[in-house]
Amino acid sequence: MYIGKVIGTVVSTIKISHLEGRKLLLVDQLDLQGKETGAYDIAVDVVQAGPGDTVMVIDEGNGARQILQLDPGAIRAVIVGVVDEVALSA
Amino acid sequence: MKFARVQGTVVATRKYEGLEAVKFLVVQLLDEDLKPVGRPQIAADATAQAGPGELVFVVGSREAAQALPVVFVPVDLAITGIIDEVEVERGVRRAQPTAVWHLPPDDED
Repeated sequence: MYIGKVIGTVVSTIKISHLEGRKLLLVDQLDLQGKETGAYDIAVDVVQAGPGDTVMVIDEGNGARQILQLDPGAIRAVIVGVVDEVALSA
Repeated sequence: MKFARVQGTVVATRKYEGLEAVKFLVVQLLDEDLKPVGRPQIAADATAQAGPGELVFVVGSREAAQALPVVFVPVDLAITGIIDEVEVERGVRRAQPTAVWHLPPDDED
């Protein structure tokens, strides 16, 4: 999993059935200082996240299939949490 | 999933079993600003409707084959959707994250 920031939305009409009715958000991975790294994912949102939110993203297929209750399911990246606070120790 | 641009088609008559009805396309993976990254790759078209020039998103690794009618096939990149619109919220981009971020004292100068 990684911490990312939602920087946009992706709209698609023609897509595979696994993705029907699901919200797709563009997430940029953050480094430990909270800055965007340029590594990104188009992720399925299951926690009502929106642009500007800091989020937790899982990028693994079995976890994604379990969350979305799909089998088979061609989805890897899922937004599973909105982050309130990050605390790092030295 | 990542952004990709469809660049062309691939025709193969002799294929591994399970791939008979699968359409293959040449795609160029893109970064979040839709600029090309790395070399072009071959992707299976799980939408069956993508064509050259179109902006699509692709899923990689084991999940690629899961998008296809026959799930256990040798495919590591699949087109799972054709993109109508990408809306990047420039106003909130590059700003600090919304979460409260407590950095260790050493990093704060």
